[in-house]
Amino acid sequence: MSLRSPLSKVLGLGAAGDGPAHWWSQRVSAVGTALLGLWFIAGLVGLDLGDRESVVRWVAEPLNSVLLILLVVTASYHSHLGVQVVIEDYSRGWSKVVGLVAAQFIHVVAAGVAVVAILRLSLGG
Amino acid sequence: MAADNRPLSPHLQIYRPQITSVLSILHRISGVFMSLGILLLAYWLAAAASGPESYETAVALLGSVVGRLLLFGWTLAFFYHFLNGIRHLEWDTGRGFELPQVVRSGWLVVVLSLVLTLLMWGRLLLGGS
Repeated sequence: MSLRSPLSKVLGLGAAGDGPAHWWSQRVSAVGTALLGLWFIAGLVGLDLGDRESVVRWVAEPLNSVLLILLVVTASYHSHLGVQVVIEDYSRGWSKVVGLVAAQFIHVVAAGVAVVAILRLSLGG
Repeated sequence: MAADNRPLSPHLQIYRPQITSVLSILHRISGVFMSLGILLLAYWLAAAASGPESYETAVALLGSVVGRLLLFGWTLAFFYHFLNGIRHLEWDTGRGFELPQVVRSGWLVVVLSLVLTLLMWGRLLLGGS
């Protein structure tokens, strides 16, 4: 006899309440980050990184701006999912709660700063 | 039984490192290291957006010996995590789990990530930046 309610069985969300959602998001964002990351690395190789003018010109190209924003957002999301698992594995109690909240805040702030910087460069602010 | 009195799984100090276990923890380490790289990416973009002076500062920081070593580490971490991630995605489809396959794909990831990192830095250094 199972102690699980029929509703819980139908929903299939397990004890954590979100089923395979975290696992699946991690894979999908991994594919996105991998493709965008390769594009970014290839772009960096062709750039003179010491010269601000050429970097700004590259970032301001409309296609580059869009892909760069997508990269920053997707990579931050993927990074957050990964760091979350690491914290859950290695810490207990309050340090776990504080670590999880801090990791989320830091990732959102980093993505926000980067996106605003890209917009400023592409819109010529 | 008290929670702190339970038998431990194989002890890390006496358990011989193997290609499987070493690559597994390296995937984590490279991932966490690249999380810090996102902060750097955000800083680099913000410095470029803030103007020539702040970009000069960023270039000086990243162009220093320590900066270059870190950038080299991030490149290696990227290629390793990228290639090993593909290995993980293959496993997710249920393939490649036989021990000889796991060992072969593991060494392939190690060699390819080193080759790609060196190729990229060769291009960067020859490119003059």
